[in-house]
Formats: sequence, structure tokens, C-alpha cells
Amino acid sequence: MKSIEEVMRLDKEQLSASVKTIEEKWKLLPAFLKVKGLVKQHIDSFNYFINVELKKIMKANDKVTSDADPNFYLKYLNIYVGMPDVEEGFNITKPITPHECRLRDMTYSAPITVDVEYTRGSQRIIRNNLPIGRMPIMLRSSNCVLTGKSPAEMAKLNECPMDPGGYFIVRGTEKVILIQEQLSKNRMIVDIDSKGNIECSVTSSTHEKKTKTYVIVKHEKYYLKHNSFSEDLPVAIVFKAMGIECDQEIVQMVGGEEDMLAAMAPCLEECHRAQVFTQNQALKYIWSKIRTRSLWGQKKSKTDEAREVLHNLVLAHVPVPQWNFKIKATYMALMIRRVILAQTGRIHVDDSDYYGNKRLELAGQLLSLLFEDLFKKFNAELKKIADMTIPKPRAAQFDIVRQMRQDQITNGLVNAISTGNWTIKRFKMERAGVTQVLSRLSYISALGMMTRINSQFEKTRKVSGPRSLQPSQWGLLCPSDTPEGEACGLVKNLALMTHITTDQDEAPLIRLAMNLGVEDIQLLSGEELSSLQVYIVFLNGNILGVIRNYKRLVNTFRLLRRAGYISEFVSIFPNHAHRCVYIAADGGRVCRPYIIVQKRRPFVTSKHIEELSQGFRSFEDFLREGLVEYLDVNEENDCMIALYEADITGDTTHLEIEPFTILGVCAGLIPYPHHNQSPRITYQCAMGKQAMGTIGLNQRNRIDTLMYLLAYPHAPLVKSKTIELINFDKLPAGQNATVAVMSFSAYDIEDALILNKASLDRGFGRCLVYHKQTVTVKRYANQTFDKLMGAKLDETTSKPKWAYQLLEFDGIVAPGDCVENRQVLVNKSMPTVTIAPLPSAPGQSREPQYKEVPIMYKGPVPSYVEKVLLTSNPDEAFLIKILLRQTRRPEIGDKFSSRHGQKGVCGLIVPQQDMPFTDQGICPDIIMNPHGYPSRMTVGKLMELLGGKAGVLEGKFHYGTAFGGDRIEDLSEVLVRNGFNYLGKDFVTSGITGEPEEAYIYFGPIYYQKLKHMVLDKMHARAKGPRAILTRQPTEGRARDGGLRLGEMERDCLIGYGASMLLLERLMISSDAFEVDVCGQCGLIGYSGWCKYCESSKEVSTLKMPYACKLLFQELQSMNIIPRLSLKKYNEL
Amino acid sequence: MESIDEIRERVTITEFGVTNVHSSDFPGNYEGYDDAWDQKKFEKKFKVEIIKLQGDELEFDMIGVDAAIANAFRRILLAEVPSMAVEKVHVYNNTSIIQDEVLAHRLGLVPIRADPRLFEYKQPGQDDEGTEQDTLELHLKVRCTKNVKAQDTTDPNQMYVNHKVLTKQMEWIPKGNQVNLGNIGPVHDDILLAKLRPGQEIDVRMFCVKGIGKDHAKFSPVATATYRLLPEIKLLREIEGESAERLQKCFSPGVIGLLHNKHTGSKQAYVADARRDTCSREVFRHDDLKNAVKLTRVRDHFIYDMSMWKSPYYDSSCPPD
Repeated sequence: MKSIEEVMRLDKEQLSASVKTIEEKWKLLPAFLKVKGLVKQHIDSFNYFINVELKKIMKANDKVTSDADPNFYLKYLNIYVGMPDVEEGFNITKPITPHECRLRDMTYSAPITVDVEYTRGSQRIIRNNLPIGRMPIMLRSSNCVLTGKSPAEMAKLNECPMDPGGYFIVRGTEKVILIQEQLSKNRMIVDIDSKGNIECSVTSSTHEKKTKTYVIVKHEKYYLKHNSFSEDLPVAIVFKAMGIECDQEIVQMVGGEEDMLAAMAPCLEECHRAQVFTQNQALKYIWSKIRTRSLWGQKKSKTDEAREVLHNLVLAHVPVPQWNFKIKATYMALMIRRVILAQTGRIHVDDSDYYGNKRLELAGQLLSLLFEDLFKKFNAELKKIADMTIPKPRAAQFDIVRQMRQDQITNGLVNAISTGNWTIKRFKMERAGVTQVLSRLSYISALGMMTRINSQFEKTRKVSGPRSLQPSQWGLLCPSDTPEGEACGLVKNLALMTHITTDQDEAPLIRLAMNLGVEDIQLLSGEELSSLQVYIVFLNGNILGVIRNYKRLVNTFRLLRRAGYISEFVSIFPNHAHRCVYIAADGGRVCRPYIIVQKRRPFVTSKHIEELSQGFRSFEDFLREGLVEYLDVNEENDCMIALYEADITGDTTHLEIEPFTILGVCAGLIPYPHHNQSPRITYQCAMGKQAMGTIGLNQRNRIDTLMYLLAYPHAPLVKSKTIELINFDKLPAGQNATVAVMSFSAYDIEDALILNKASLDRGFGRCLVYHKQTVTVKRYANQTFDKLMGAKLDETTSKPKWAYQLLEFDGIVAPGDCVENRQVLVNKSMPTVTIAPLPSAPGQSREPQYKEVPIMYKGPVPSYVEKVLLTSNPDEAFLIKILLRQTRRPEIGDKFSSRHGQKGVCGLIVPQQDMPFTDQGICPDIIMNPHGYPSRMTVGKLMELLGGKAGVLEGKFHYGTAFGGDRIEDLSEVLVRNGFNYLGKDFVTSGITGEPEEAYIYFGPIYYQKLKHMVLDKMHARAKGPRAILTRQPTEGRARDGGLRLGEMERDCLIGYGASMLLLERLMISSDAFEVDVCGQCGLIGYSGWCKYCESSKEVSTLKMPYACKLLFQELQSMNIIPRLSLKKYNEL
Repeated sequence: MESIDEIRERVTITEFGVTNVHSSDFPGNYEGYDDAWDQKKFEKKFKVEIIKLQGDELEFDMIGVDAAIANAFRRILLAEVPSMAVEKVHVYNNTSIIQDEVLAHRLGLVPIRADPRLFEYKQPGQDDEGTEQDTLELHLKVRCTKNVKAQDTTDPNQMYVNHKVLTKQMEWIPKGNQVNLGNIGPVHDDILLAKLRPGQEIDVRMFCVKGIGKDHAKFSPVATATYRLLPEIKLLREIEGESAERLQKCFSPGVIGLLHNKHTGSKQAYVADARRDTCSREVFRHDDLKNAVKLTRVRDHFIYDMSMWKSPYYDSSCPPD
């Protein structure tokens, strides 16, 4: 504190001056993204897994022994993951590029090798670099060939330098392991259960076990609830079992306050009533409540077994050094204390939606769970083999290394990633949908997928809590980017600057904390824990000890972190209600960087930024010098963060880098989003992913099942900082269309758009659609194989038949050909018998029989063959990929959208001469109905138009960055300077009458996206066509050329109207009418005028019924139910 | 109050919209006016003045006709005046990054210098190559190679030969008697058609036919043809001093002039050239000035502005009169 005189002596102006704004501090962002990249979370996590975690897993499971031979052992010394390669022939490998994997349907993976020491007979052998399996490699991770490559080198590898990486290529498809959100592990959560009682729960998670322990309230007594006990255990008994036998000690641990004593009294009483006084008695009591006792293994005593359960399963993450349960008992006491405090209202129950209580699980963590499981299985298998083989007398000595099979780990990893089914035996975890195919519809859709967060919460539940936007998500998750409907609010997206932490080593932190005055919990009695003078210190959810001067601890910790002595991702914060200091160094916390402020002065100054833009400084320098630091959600709550420099007060500790970074990648594309109604931003976030344009610089080298490209993509005229940061201006998806906001011809109602025909002639909205056809030419088990045949000839002219016209001599179409519906792309023949061995009777030819399976092109519009790829896939089969291309110009019904969630279909295409024009002779490309504005309130779109118009006039790009962007006044100024109206409204003449329009028309460029929904892919009608075999009714769906169903509601209308003959026609005659011969005597169905049952044709008459009805009768008959039809002559009714 | 003459002859520009947009001078609509068609009256009133004819730019005034007639000229220019353009492209080889269809589309949009009056419309049902009466044939064959001489450079212009395919590489192949037609080919030499890299090649034959803009915009002989009405500005009171300068700024440069008023010694605004005004209506933003001016446009004075991207007419025979 300054003395008053000192303050008086200060210059008055200096005191009252507001903090100067730091010029262009947004430049920290590109620096941040340069270091971190857009998908650095994934890559960091994967790097941590293969470089650190893998070795830890190996160390934890490093020994394989055998029951058969006590001298036998196999010990892993080290484990490595190599660089991605492919095996070509016998033991020859060559490095492989990701693109080759995509094209050849292979897995981009690297060998996992180990160094081992083992015994062969009596020999001890060390072997190095033994492969145990293959690890799929994440693109741009430390083991990927792409890391550290320049754009030119990337181009040589057929890779787009703008591609973010962070995904896997498994069997030729790009797979993303989505970020999974879950409640943090090893933390006490006080909550209210379904009955309204307060409970405290902890999900313990260690490498071995994952269990959940509760402290619950029942009849005003406290119980310990755990899955492995058939009944809830009174806490006092558990304390006694843990060696806290003295009642006074138990109460002391929970707390010495009056109400604590009162609350604990019934518990102690219950313990006495249960006749439990000693540890032995308590353990026996607990043993009797164990749900499943261990059945096999060594026989243990009751007390040992109970103790083991307490040790391993109850609060599994709390360490029990040398069977000393002190810490675990303290932990449990604290849980009880929290429940009591919550009951008396002294602390609030925890909010499980609060983002500080969430952890994000990334590819690395998920893979490490999976790998550990597979590695354990691998070792168990080795042990089994050893157990079986060693006792047998054999000529050669048993060599365990020969038994190591690679495919188990390889297939385990590959299958999990390619199906998304994560099955982890030891946690009994089964999760589906963990991975998804990377959507390559547009660059944005691929990027958006990499930042997506999947919540573990069930989608069906109708609670709003987990779905709604939490204030604690500020800056970490995009507030707008979430899907609509089912998954709304459960699927989220990361904001631009979010970083996800990886695990940090705990040991140095413990040492540091102890050195800073934390008193070890082991040395303290229970009473001292609840003392008002101390704060309890936690590290990653475990009690470390107590501290008297918590402020000093927190401050010193932060100082050391800023100085770089401890990792920048360790967070420390006090919780005054809990009287605790939490230190967190675990992985999966979300955090983001802030500028540090002290004494009203931000540490980052314009000078630093200047150095940054000159390239003398990187983001890491800012971190290292303690100018900028990462804060996680919990630590943010202990800080005062100013949004702008002007908001800085004496209490301010941090300054936001740039406000627009609270938005994510998809929302960042929108110009002036802060002027739009919030749901519109959400709509655009969903639609930006459907916009076609460019998907990567290597798009023409890709062979995807479906790819949409724009013939002439534009960079948007109104940009945002985000657009530049994510390179959307280099890989754009849309075109700058000149838009007139006016009504025209009534073909523009309900958001329909009017397009200018001349614009379409000149290439507006023109797109290319690519399709893939894959053919494999296989070799089968019985030595037969597929064949490619040449064109089939017409018998009379001996020229190729029309369908086969395009085939070359190799039986495949050639690039450049135009293929029409039902023409053959590849003329493949397949042997009829592929499994059974061929008959090898003497004299009989061994020539197998073939059936033709030509691959035909299907589609209403012809396609061109872009390229044909002939290669082999990893199963050594011949692989043919044919890329087909269509060029489409917009037509009526195609869907377009601006960047403001305003979608519409093309309603009419108008020739240019009918279009309105301005004094300069400018015709709009698009006419949009003004009714789209008032209810949607997309003011940002109006501003985008002004920005675009001003930009066009002066030949520059304007900015529409969120919470910033170019000011409207400035844009108007530009318009006026160029002789336009300041509002952007132009004098327009009608192209039809030639007379001026009575209103001034809002006129200018808006960035329009063409969406993937096009009428050509949807149009469908049928007069007659295929029928389903079973029911003989028309097939269903466009793909099968199906009929259009007259549904039950339509049927109801016809009934109501009384159009019975129409009903009959629609439902039977046009569908599945069938003539049956029914016997009037027995009522059964006969045939050809003959009743088989009555052996007569006397009463048989022919009538029409739906085939489905006849089918029903026959099905009933097969179930021993006889449906009989009773017939009457129509004139006898 | 507006006089009837003003309603008949002027379109009024107000702050929030345009009034009197429709022509109302049909016979019998106004008492005391004889609006019946009269050839002599029309001949006296009708005038076409060419203001500017420079390169492909043409500006002319058409005075004394109804908007419907004026618009008809504009529409015909856009949609119904024929010109030659590439219609069919035979791709013999295209290993460039541009897809065949997109390349063909680009070639179609290249303006071709040829007088369409010398050609027939191609009849449907004929083969692509056409006859000498209705089809022009062009050839484009470019192959990109490495420039062996270039060293230590990253400039593609030096590293490669033919890495840019330009319209000047399009070669006209005269059919039969077409040799006598003179200089036929793309109007501009420097339109970029595609970019190539060593080893890539484009080998196409193009067939140009006569067509009209209604069918496809590439046949339209004009880049655009448009007209505007002649603006007219009336100052309703004398405007002097600072407000005169402000008024000058409200209009396009040269519209409002400033005179030195000898009596008051300050500057006085006068309308110098209303034709230059772009009708930005900036003056309505000034509350004190907005009632001092009246903005109108002359209903029957059309200022045509067109740029001819294929200009075959004027450079051969069509005189500027």
C-alpha cells in the first residue's frame, strides 16, 4: 500500500488517465494460432500419448511371468512408435504419405516396437526393436511425415498446407476422434439426489479401476455407498475399519463445530448398535456386505478381503501408503463434512454443468485407454502361451518372442477407430460413436468437425441444464455453434483460443507445495483440518495438506508459473466457501490465454506487439516472459478480467486479448454477427458446413465418394479477422453476388431468390459434383479370381453394344468419356463359386464358371470420367477407383444462403433484360425479397452489403469482425465519396417497363453460399417401376425409383370425401392387385379354377385382392390359422 | 404544388422515393393537351446525339421518346442483336487443372471479332463442325514446358514456357472462302484462359456460331447497355456562403458551381452541369438545404451508356451517325 503522501505526490493527470489501448493486440492471435494451430488440442494430446503416456503404460505392465516356470519372465525395457510406413513384400517397408493411404484405402500407421529382456531356457536374452503392432498415426503429429514441412514440401506429398490435420486415416477414410466431454474425475461433487437428499460423490479413476463412491444421508445418518457393497455402510463403521477406532477422533476429523457433533452423533450411535467397536469387527461387518467376493485366487481371510476392497475400490484414487488409511479416512471425513455444510446451507451444492467441473477427453486419452487394454490382453495372451508351452517337453527351447503376434494390437486399434466402438474391458466401458468420418463437404465443415465436442449425456433426456449455455463457458466454447434439435447444446464447439491441457507430472508440484509451507496431512490430527486458520490444499483432487497463509501460496505459485518454473497449464485457485486451495495439473481442462495486468497496467505494450509483427517475438516469448498466461475455468473465477483497456480498474488482474475469440471457427465467418439475432448465427454455423467451394488445395488429387466444388469461388468482400486466421479467404466457399433487396414477380415469396440468367451464363453459382465408383478385383480362397472383360459385342453388327461402347481394351472406361445412365464403367466378371474348391475330376476342365457383374453408371444426367485410378489395396487386391464429374449451373429449386442464416431456394431465373438496373447499368445477380428482414432481424446482413459496396468501390476488403469491424459511418462516407447514396439505396429502373422504380432499392454485394442441396439430386417421380418381391407393392424411396405413398392421412381424406373407387384404384389396382381363385364352399384359395381342399371346381370363383392380403392369408395358414373367405353373389346381397 | 407540365415531363426525386415515375401523356388524359400521335411533332422533338464514342465505349442521348421505346432499344441490344461466340469445343487433350466443361465455358465467354452479318444462323440438327457459312473454327494448342535457361528463380513466368494460356494463342482456321473475311479472332489478346505447369497440355478446337443474347449471355454484343434519365437540379432560393460550399459537396464534382456574388461578397451556388450528377440524394441529409433544391429527371431524355465488348459493327461499316 502506498502512503497517502505518496499518492498525493503523484501527478493528477497520470492518476486519472485511462489505460492506453494496446494497438493491434489481436496480432497475438495469429501468433497463438501459429504455435498452437487450430486443432493443436488433438495433436498435443496424441503427441503426449505416443511420447509419454505409452511409455508409462509399458512401465505399468512391463512384466510377463508364467505360473509354469518361476524363472521365466519377459520384461519390456522400452517402447517406441516409428514413422508411418507400409510393408511391400517380405520385410521391405517404405515410408508412406497420408495421401497415398487415402487413395489406396490403407491405414496411415506406424509400427510399435519394444525392447525386451526375457529368458529362453536358462539364457537371458535382450532383443531390441521387436514389432508388437501398428499404431494409426494422427496427421501432423510428431510421428507424421507432414510435421515441419514447408508448403512446397507439402505440395510434393499431395497434401494441402491449410489442412489442419488432427485426424487419422484408417482403411482409406479420414476419421476424427471427437472431443468427449465428461464430469471431472477424482473430484468431490455435492449434489441433490432424486429424493431431495444431499449426497457427495466421487468418481475415482486410476489406471486400474474406475469406481464411484457416495456419502449419502439416510434417516439423518451418513452412509457410504459403493457398488461393491450390497448395502450402504454406516460411515462410523468404515472409519473404524480404516483404523480410526476412537469415536472422538472420527468426529474431530469431520469437524469440531457444534452442529457437526450433533450431526455425527446418530452415526456413532448406529455403529454402537451394530456392535462394532474395533477395526477387526468393522472389517468383518464390511466383509459381510461385500457384493461379490473374490472366488478364485488365494484364499484370504475376511478382514484381509474387506481391507482389500477398502484399499482398491472405495475412493480408489486416494493413495493408501503401506496400508495406512489415514488419508483415505480424512478424504471421507471431508466428504461427510461437505454434506453437513451443504445441509446447513453454509456451502452451495456443486453445479455439475459448471465448466470447471468438466474435463475434455481427446484422442490421446481415449487411445491410451484402448492401448492399455490391448497391451494387457497381449501380455495375458503371452502368459497363456507360456503357461501352456513351457511344461511340454520340446526339442527347441521355448522362445516367447516368436509368439508375439502383431495383429491383435493393430486390429484392436484400427477397428476401434474405424467403427467408433470404444470397448474397454477393465472399465467395463462401451461407447459407440466416438469417431466420425471427417466431413469434407467444405473446408469449414472439416475444421468445424475438428473443434467439435461431444457430450456423454444421453440425447433423449429432456433436461435443459446440460444443454443451456453456461456462463462459465465464456471464451472457451462458441456460444453459437451448436446443432439444432436432438443434440442441441450437447454438441458444442471450441472457441478460437481454447487450449486443452494434457497431464502434468505431480511430483514436482507436491515438492513445491511442501516447500511453500503446506503441512503434510499425515502429520496432522483431524481437528486441525477444520481449523479456521488453515486452508486445505488439494492437488488433482487429492488432499495434500493444509496451509496457514493460503494467499502467499497462491501468489507464489502463480509467480513461479509466470516465471516458467512450473508448467503454464497448472492452475491454482482458492475456494473460500470450501476453505480450500485447489491445484490442478490434470489433463482435459480447458483454458485460454490472457494478458496479465498489474497496477492498472497491462504487461503487454504496443512495443511488444511491434516486435511481434516484426518477427522478433513469438507467442512463447510472451508466455515465457510472463506477459500472458493461461487461465482455466476455475482460476478465471479468482481473477478480475477486463474486456477492454478502458475497463481496467485497480482490482483488474487480466485483460482479454480480443473479444471476438469467444466465437468459434464457424461463427467467425459471419460479418457483423454482433448485430444479428442470436439464432441466426446458430443457423449459419450449421449452414456454413453445407456450402460448397474449395475443400483444400489438394482437392483435385482426392478421390472422394462425394465432393462438391464451385467453379469460381470468391473470397468474401467483407472479411473478418477469423476468416484470415483460418484461411477461409484462401479456401473460400461462396461468391460475392450483387443483391437487390426488392420484390419481383411473386416468385420470391417465402425466401425464394430470383437469379439473373446472364449471371448464370457467366458462371455464377456453377458447381462441379464429383462421384466415386470403386471396384475391387479380388482373388478368392479357391484360387479363382475376378476378371475384367472387354466390351460385349452386338451379335449382328459385331460392334460393341451401346452400354459397353465406352470401354477400352482393359474393360474400364477412359478419362474424358461421357457416361450416360446404364452405361458400363467396368465390365467385371466374377466366378460363380468362390469358396468351395473347384471340382477336379479328371478330364473335366478346371475352368471356373463366371457371371457378369458389370458396374453401371446410374443417374438422370450423364457424367464425365475425370480420372481412373488403378492400384492395389493392402489385401493385395486390384483396386480401381473411377472419379466421375458433373458440372451444374444453378436451376430453379437450388438452395442458396447468405452468411446470416438466411437460406432460400431459387424461385425464378430471369433474363438480364428483365432485371432492374441502376444508373450505372448494374443488374443484380440475385433479387431478395425484403420480407426476409423484419422478422429475422439480421442487421449484420444489411451492414455486410454496405461494407461490400464500399469495398467494391474502392477496391479493398472491409472487415466485419465480431464486436468490431469497420464502422458504418466510415462505410457510408465511402459511398458518398463515390457518388452513391449514404444508405446504400440506389435509383433503379425497371427492366420490364423501362420506367424508374418508385422506391430506392438497397443494392450491393453480399456473399452468397451455394448449399449442397440441389433439385437434381432430389427430383423424383414415377409412373410405373420396380416392385418389392415379397409384397408386390411398389418399392419405397428415391434410390429404388419408388412410388409416392398415399398415406393413411391421405386415405382418410378420400374416405371423408367418399371417393371409394379412387381409394380402390390407389390402394389396390395401382399397387398390388392380384387375381385369386377362391372356393365358395370352403373359403380357401385354390388355383386355376380348382379347389384343392374340396377337390372340385364347382364353387370356385375368381376375384381380385391386394397381393399383400393373399400373403397374409398364407402366412396365417402357415401358423395354423385358417382364414376363410365367405363368398356371396353380388345380386344376392 | 407541381404544375401539370412538371408531372408530364419530369420524374421527381424525393428523399424517400421517386414520384411521377409513369408516363401519363396518353391522348385525352390531360385537358388542354393534344397528345395524339403526330409524326411532325415527333420528328421535331426526337433527337439522337452521340456524346462519346471512344474505343468500345458509346454514350449517346435519345430525346423525345417514351420509356417503353427507349427500353426496347436497351433490351434488343442486350438480348437480340446477334454476335459470334464459341458454341462447341472439341477437346482433344486437356491435362490442365481446368475441367473440360469449365474450359469450354471460359472459351465461350471470349469475345470473338467477326461480323455476324456475314454469317447464317446454324440450323439445328447439323453436325458440330458446321459449314463455312455458319461456323468459324478456332484452334488452341498449348503445351507448357520447363524453361531450361531459367535459374535460381521462383517466378513462374521465367521458370516455365507457356504457363499461361492466353487468348492470343487461339488460332483461327479459315474454312473455304472464309480467308477473305479478314481479321477474325479474339477481340482481346490477353484474356487468361488457364494456367499450365510443365507437361500439361491443352489441345482444343472451337466452333463459333451466330447467336443472340437471349439464348446465352455470351452472344450479347454489349458488356452492358443501359440508360439513365437526364438529372435536373433546380435551386429554389439563393444559396450562399458556407451552405453553398456544403451544397456543392452534396453533388458529384462539377454539378454545382460557385459564383462570386458581388453584392454580398460571398460565394453563390448555381447549377453548372446537372448531367454529371449521380443522384446520390446527399442533399437530403442537410435539413437546411433539402428544401432549397428540387431534384427531378427529364422523363424523355435518355442517356444511353454502353460498352461493346465485341464491337464488330462500328469498326467496319456502321458510321457514328
